[in-house]
Amino acid sequence: MQNPSSHKRKKVLPVGHYRGLGAWTVFFFIFLYLPIVVLIFYSFNANRMVMNWGGFGFDWYLKAFNNDDIQNAVWNSLIVATVATAFATSIATVGALVLARGGNFRGKTISLGLITLPLMVPEIVTAVAVLIFFSAVGINWGLGNVIIAHITFCIPFAFMPIRARLEGMDTSLEQAARDLYASEWETFRFVTVPLLMPGIVAGAMLSFVISMDDFIITLMVGGAGSTTLPVYIYSMIRRGLTPEINAVSTVLLFVSIAIVTAYWVVSKKGTD
Amino acid sequence: MNLWLPKSAAGKRWLGLAPSYFIIGIFMLVPMVIMGVFSFLEPNPYGGVKPVGSLAAYVKLFFEYDLEDNLVFNPGYINIIFRSFQLSFGATLLCLVFGFPVAYYITLQPENRRNFYIYLITIPFWTNLLIRTFAWIIILGRGGVIETPLLAAGIIEDSLRMMYTDGAIAIGLTYSYLPLMVLPIYASLEKLDFRLLEAASDLYASRLEVMTKVVIPLCKPGIIAGCILVFIPCLGAFIAPNLLGGGKNLMLGSLVQFQFASARNWPFGAALSMLLLSAVVIMLIFYARAASKRASMEGSD
Repeated sequence: MQNPSSHKRKKVLPVGHYRGLGAWTVFFFIFLYLPIVVLIFYSFNANRMVMNWGGFGFDWYLKAFNNDDIQNAVWNSLIVATVATAFATSIATVGALVLARGGNFRGKTISLGLITLPLMVPEIVTAVAVLIFFSAVGINWGLGNVIIAHITFCIPFAFMPIRARLEGMDTSLEQAARDLYASEWETFRFVTVPLLMPGIVAGAMLSFVISMDDFIITLMVGGAGSTTLPVYIYSMIRRGLTPEINAVSTVLLFVSIAIVTAYWVVSKKGTD
Repeated sequence: MNLWLPKSAAGKRWLGLAPSYFIIGIFMLVPMVIMGVFSFLEPNPYGGVKPVGSLAAYVKLFFEYDLEDNLVFNPGYINIIFRSFQLSFGATLLCLVFGFPVAYYITLQPENRRNFYIYLITIPFWTNLLIRTFAWIIILGRGGVIETPLLAAGIIEDSLRMMYTDGAIAIGLTYSYLPLMVLPIYASLEKLDFRLLEAASDLYASRLEVMTKVVIPLCKPGIIAGCILVFIPCLGAFIAPNLLGGGKNLMLGSLVQFQFASARNWPFGAALSMLLLSAVVIMLIFYARAASKRASMEGSD
């Protein structure tokens, strides 16, 4: 593929290989990463206007760091993501145990459909439905409303890696533990849970990232005091484009990339 | 420790699934039912609804009242809905054309490198969509990354005015959901038996025929899955039309949000959401039917 430079004699490509695929893929990755690179690059812009390059500087990082509103938004985001992840991961773990280990039972397909429902419904519809529900029932718990909404849509993201791990897991160790007179609970606690841990950690990471990054549902459901970081970034964009947005975004970007990379490592280890 | 656990298998099952049923049932299923009910009520001018039944929200989709209080046809909302479908369809097609060769290229790579490519494709997907779309403003905007060098080189003389157009929205949507197209196609290509390609070639199929008559039919499930996975979020997109379309070129998703944030017409917003939801349900049923048909066909082989 990579030898168009061998002039004169055009090498015959093997069956199933096509010319230009490699170049197309390079172009694809440029398209995929260009916005991220541009975003990071302009966060070091010393100018007030994002698009007018005014020299290299860290000023906007300092400014963002000392911005009280941003600090509050970061705290809200961290609280929401942590609580939602804890609940969603626990709920998903017990659900996955039943669905992966409970054999075939009536209602299995429906249960699977229900758990993955938040993945299929467009986010804006979820947002509207939850907003209407809170207002109709009269629940007004500020950040609590946001947390409840986040738990709901984080469940399937936590569920998928846990279930995948369970289905790839050999039950022989658990059977061995039972044969050696471990009680059902002991087997679960000392054999199943440690074996399942990579799946649980992976699920928790995904739901944390999904919660940290959620924008539209939080925007609709969250009230005045429950601004999370993405919602605050949106309000900054509406007010005018300064490199401060890029600085905050870059930090958020690296948090997500770090967690997803860790997830990748954890789930890869699990399959070895 | 075992005392509080139910003894029967069915009891344990119920206990394990109860939290999921509770959370998703109460905070997702019930809200969607209430949303359906709200779409048949009268709006309260300050937000919320009046408990009076009304079809006004659905009538508003097609008609408006003129100055003399007569119902007249109003194509405004229909146009927005139509545009949403058009833009989503365009973005899905772009994703397919752009993503398929990449998915195919990755399957040709050695296994350890494949994983790295997949990692590279998933990374943008897990990062914040809002900020990635914001970056497109810097790229496409007046005096942005694309224009500045072209202006400086004298290739163009005036701004290209790429922002706040349907084209900008289409680029934004394509960019947002591209990984959702590549991943399922890759998943089905990965299972492809490459000996079939050689067999086709030995039987005098041309390169093009190998692709169109062997590869593409065999990974059709992945292509369909990818198209649905891209089309659904495009249809309900809010960020791309809002940031790149400038709020003027509305799509269904941004129209819904507008009803709650500014217009304060909750029933109309709920009715639009119901419309969006039914479009999604129809697509998913279509998909499930195709999948089960395929499964039964494979089973009978």
